[in-house]
Amino acid sequence: MTEHVVIVGGGTGGTVLANDLADRLEPELDAGDVRVTLVNDDPDHVYKPVWLYVPFGQREPDDGRRPLDDLVDDAIDLRIDRVSDIDTEAQRLQFRGSAPPVSYDYLVLATGSTLEPDQIPGLTEDGHNYYSESGATDLRDELLEFTEGDLVLSVIGTPHMCPAAPLEFVFMADDWLRERGLREDVDITYTYPIQRVHGNPHIAEWARPIMEERDIQVETFFNAESVDPEAETITSMEGTELDYDLLVTIPPHGGIDLIEEAGLGDDGWVDVDKHTLEAEAADNVYALGDTADTGVPNAGSVAHYQAGVVGQRLASEIRGRPATATYDGKTLCFIETGMDAASFVEFDYENPPSPAPPSEKLHWSKLAYNESYWLTARGLL
Amino acid sequence: MTDIEPDDTVDARGAACPGPLMDLIGKIRSAESGDVIRLLSDNDQSLTDVPEWAEEAGNELLAVEELDDHNEFYVEKA
Repeated sequence: MTEHVVIVGGGTGGTVLANDLADRLEPELDAGDVRVTLVNDDPDHVYKPVWLYVPFGQREPDDGRRPLDDLVDDAIDLRIDRVSDIDTEAQRLQFRGSAPPVSYDYLVLATGSTLEPDQIPGLTEDGHNYYSESGATDLRDELLEFTEGDLVLSVIGTPHMCPAAPLEFVFMADDWLRERGLREDVDITYTYPIQRVHGNPHIAEWARPIMEERDIQVETFFNAESVDPEAETITSMEGTELDYDLLVTIPPHGGIDLIEEAGLGDDGWVDVDKHTLEAEAADNVYALGDTADTGVPNAGSVAHYQAGVVGQRLASEIRGRPATATYDGKTLCFIETGMDAASFVEFDYENPPSPAPPSEKLHWSKLAYNESYWLTARGLL
Repeated sequence: MTDIEPDDTVDARGAACPGPLMDLIGKIRSAESGDVIRLLSDNDQSLTDVPEWAEEAGNELLAVEELDDHNEFYVEKA
């Protein structure tokens, strides 16, 4: 009997896992003992870290897109479609339209994050972001016309994709405006929901003095409640009101509704064992990347490492052996500290991050990795 | 034991910092004025995070119950 593995989501986690399984289970796939299907609702794979550079004119959104068909091993069945229902009792997926349901033996959910700006009144009308292709290009156009006034970067949603990106944006904006001779005419303010500038205390402790040196104002305990596009103000639940001329936000994030509807977790995040990545509420279901509620950052490196763990566990289970691979919380991030310098952090569940001194070498390492990312997606790096 | 009856409960046990506080803020965001939210957290950082935020936001921390394996925070939305 053929065992069927279905991966839902063709982002970093889903794509790396599909190619990992194509390699790891090659004999079983060749023999027809195993079938792996990757489902994605877009024919393209999108590499989101490119978006940080779009507002500064250094990348185009197309630099972050490639057809999944070019990236995924031919041994994988690629299905461009959208799942409309997950039945974990019957181990069956329904698709939009009238397509027949599909049964699975193992299901991996890698559906990622979506933006939910409508949660904050006024945000859709006047808040810019670099967390989508259209947001990043719109922000590029705004920045090119922005020569003076208040630039406010407000982190609203947590957890959000790439926790380092808000710090990177203000560091890059500071540098970019200095290079253009505009910094003296622009005030930059950074807001964060808790009492420090980043969720991780070690990164916050490292970043705060850099922000002071660079004259980046900080508002902590700032949880945006509403935006008034006419008055150009953003107000927090804590009662602080900030004027802005250009508002950039990290909008609220959520997972897809299907996950909550399937009883797998709240807000679209799957409750998992943070070591095995197995869903707590259903058998034979895994989640990885942003979708897995592990408490680690929503970052591509996390999805990449978790895909390796899930790949090993699935191969063990399919071969009738005990699954022993576990995820230890490993996370790697480069953090841009300007237009030509970056830091780097590596941490896991047990060992906290210790940011490296910013250098040009690390900046080029980040850019070099972004270029070679396509090897990661193919399962080669 | 407190006899406060919460309107809603957030179970953030197992979440790493700042997860419990952010979970509480998320629930308060959608609550009505006067609602009492109970937060369950086994992260010791919550013992300082939650009172600091409640004061900053003008919400009242009605009670903190320190239990064997977790703490319970009762916060009333202003």
